[in-house]
Amino acid sequence: MELAVFIICSAIVLSGALGVLIANNPVHAALFLVETLFGIAVLFILLDATFLAAVQVVVYAGAIVILFLFVIMLLGVDRADDLGIEPISGQRPLTIVIGSSILGLMLTTLLISVSGPTGTSTSVSEVSLGGTNTKNLGGTLFHDHLFAVELTALLLTVAIVGAIALARRLKGPLQPIPILETTNDERPSPEDNGDVE
Amino acid sequence: MEVTTTWYLVLAAVLFTIGAVGVLIRRNPLVLFMCVELMLNAVTLTFVAFNSALGGLGGQMAVFFALVVAAAEVVIGLAIIVAIARRQPTTAIDDFSGLKG
Repeated sequence: MELAVFIICSAIVLSGALGVLIANNPVHAALFLVETLFGIAVLFILLDATFLAAVQVVVYAGAIVILFLFVIMLLGVDRADDLGIEPISGQRPLTIVIGSSILGLMLTTLLISVSGPTGTSTSVSEVSLGGTNTKNLGGTLFHDHLFAVELTALLLTVAIVGAIALARRLKGPLQPIPILETTNDERPSPEDNGDVE
Repeated sequence: MEVTTTWYLVLAAVLFTIGAVGVLIRRNPLVLFMCVELMLNAVTLTFVAFNSALGGLGGQMAVFFALVVAAAEVVIGLAIIVAIARRQPTTAIDDFSGLKG
């Protein structure tokens, strides 16, 4: 049973990842990304990390991919990234070399050098903690890692402020964008890209 | 046949490689970010697999913080892409040479 779930989820994860890799349309790439993330969430459940599975679905599929889709829609999907042309000569062969080296290195380390994970098990197993996964996680998070949680809150605040400062439309004399007219000319059909204003 | 930790690690390695190849060959910056997400997910899968093998909750803790950093990174990255797309006609990654990089 566990084997079947693992194989099906691996197929889902890998097909989604390959879809992100080869999809020409960014919207399709985002949807393939959702497929991968759901597969990983099921794998988390298989590994008894139930709360992280829920967080994976809510944060990644619910927030991050939606953010991606918002930006794709905002910028327009008309710029098809044609994978057939190669702007930098030698990029593809070099990519194949680098990719297969990374994969070969990791698989060699995993399958040949060691058998299974090394390292010492912690004395505190999750079963001995009692309670559910969520309860244990909350206890550890807000008890042992409280300072890191505070730093995380600071990081998120800085990210929000930075995003607003970057994406804000500047008013007044600082308006820098004379190039935008060429943007409008280059768009193939400005009437059907959904600009309802 | 039992599913061991090594299987999860091999799956994560393949996923990481797909993400890395995507970062190397794609030119749409949004798809580049999605490939970075793939790599981050491969690493979180590794963390959870090791956590399940070694016990305790340290691996799942690390995934928590990786998730938060990933969210912050995506927010900032997309804001930068939007800001650049306002000034440039194209958003292919090769045209982002304003810093002469």
